[in-house]
Amino acid sequence: MNTKLNSTPQKSILQKGSKEALTLRNDFPMYKSHPTLVYLDNTATSHKPKSVLKAMNDFYCLYNANVHRGVYSLAEKATIAFEQARDSVAHFIGADREEVIFTSGTTSGLNLAMRLLAPHIKKDDEIVVSVVEHHSNLVPWQELAKEKNAILRFIPITANYTLDLKAARTIINSKTKIVAITGISNVLGMETPLGDIIALAHKHGAKTIIDGAQMVAHGKVDVHTLNCDFFSFSGHKMFGPTGIGVLYGRKALLEKLKPHVFGGEMVREVNSYHAKWNELPWKFEAGTPMIAQAIGLRAAIEYIKHRKLYAKEEYLRVLRNYTIAELQKLGATIIGPQHGAPIITFTLAGIHPHDIAQILDRDEICIRAGHHCAMPLHQELKIQASARVSLSYYNTKEDIDRFLQGIKKVYAIFGVKHHE
Amino acid sequence: MNEDLYQEHILDHYHYPRHKGKIVNANVIHREINPLCGDELTFYASIDKEKIKALSFEGNGCAVSQASASLLSEFLQGKTIKDIKKLDDNTIYSLLGISISHTRRKCALLSMQAIKEGVRLQEQLTKQPAKNIKTKTRTIRKG
Repeated sequence: MNTKLNSTPQKSILQKGSKEALTLRNDFPMYKSHPTLVYLDNTATSHKPKSVLKAMNDFYCLYNANVHRGVYSLAEKATIAFEQARDSVAHFIGADREEVIFTSGTTSGLNLAMRLLAPHIKKDDEIVVSVVEHHSNLVPWQELAKEKNAILRFIPITANYTLDLKAARTIINSKTKIVAITGISNVLGMETPLGDIIALAHKHGAKTIIDGAQMVAHGKVDVHTLNCDFFSFSGHKMFGPTGIGVLYGRKALLEKLKPHVFGGEMVREVNSYHAKWNELPWKFEAGTPMIAQAIGLRAAIEYIKHRKLYAKEEYLRVLRNYTIAELQKLGATIIGPQHGAPIITFTLAGIHPHDIAQILDRDEICIRAGHHCAMPLHQELKIQASARVSLSYYNTKEDIDRFLQGIKKVYAIFGVKHHE
Repeated sequence: MNEDLYQEHILDHYHYPRHKGKIVNANVIHREINPLCGDELTFYASIDKEKIKALSFEGNGCAVSQASASLLSEFLQGKTIKDIKKLDDNTIYSLLGISISHTRRKCALLSMQAIKEGVRLQEQLTKQPAKNIKTKTRTIRKG
């Protein structure tokens, strides 16, 4: 990995970016409670700014009421706030509001997409995923394949940890009915060439489902431009609360699909033996929605816009490259492509990632260890377990330097000599 | 507490595990994994008339899980099935000689789980009348 990190532009990007990151921390109560925290597990979840917490608290304190039901003004206020949150999400991802279904997170959205498409899958149909998928975008498709006696196929990665497009061109064929793939690998940081994959799928009439969990934290998503059929993501990985996510579904498709969860809210009219479904998107949202969480998600979107976070992505890439270069100097093996999202997975010879994470924890450094919900990927790469660092806009160069000092401590405890 | 976790004793058993390897004619073989972090352990034992004739393990994982397996293997040499059944969390903690935090408990106890479960399954098998048990399991068709 040849990145001129000693060059002045890179150094100044790191300096400036770190300074801005420190300022950003003033927005995050977690950094007030833990001022010396080195939090490097943003792929797992992000911290929440005050504005998100205030928005949710305000709902509960100032206009708490159920939505879509009450005639009184409080209920109207709650309903407007909730539906405005939906509008905000729609605008954020380039969708129409009828295409935004609130879910409890990426996993629930992917499962819902699977259930909605299930009636249309039959024996011998092919379902294509990639080897890098998170269990949430793999296991639902395994189950569907088992249920329907369909065939599950995997697009491999190259030796350089990029998606093997050449292989994809043969694997996705006229028998393919579903292509489910991640936009960014939560292990490798690999960015899938979604345009190519989606085009390939559509050429053969297959439906495309994108796991967008890592995408929404790192750059603008436009689902109409992507031209995917489904796109699922979580609020909590993009500075929003836990318990809420979004499943985007193409309108023409959602209109044809039968709902999977039934009850109040998703019906227009009910008599004893029959119900008429509600219009989109409510047809797919049964029961009282996650009102506070949707309002929190909207506040997270406003926060991203207000702080112009996506513009800081270049800083994160430089910080990623710095982390990789320094880790390599310390003898680590990096598991990921040359260019990618700010997710750095690595191994240290002879030292289990769990021990690395445990020792780092003594110094308040939070990294992830294990297989990151991607066991098949680890089996494919013949790695028992790995350690992962994932960056967000409040991480600084100092965070990484402390992390690197921690790695040296790990070596010292395990009696491993490293070169510098 | 965590300070003690990487004591010499633990690291010694991690770097130089005792009784590591396969047993070819083992009548107890059982693998357990810790999905949290990827620790895995397989225990092998040759048991004859309730007595442990040979016992070993193979595995991969964090220092605590592997050291625990090594310490437990050493402890169980020449003992009996009853001793395996009598094993409890405290046995492991005293073998390790340090206090284990909640999150590392699964790592520490994986070895005990593996050998106990192996013995339990072996007993279940030997108690069953010999008959062909055909279970229909659905597998996924691979492309």
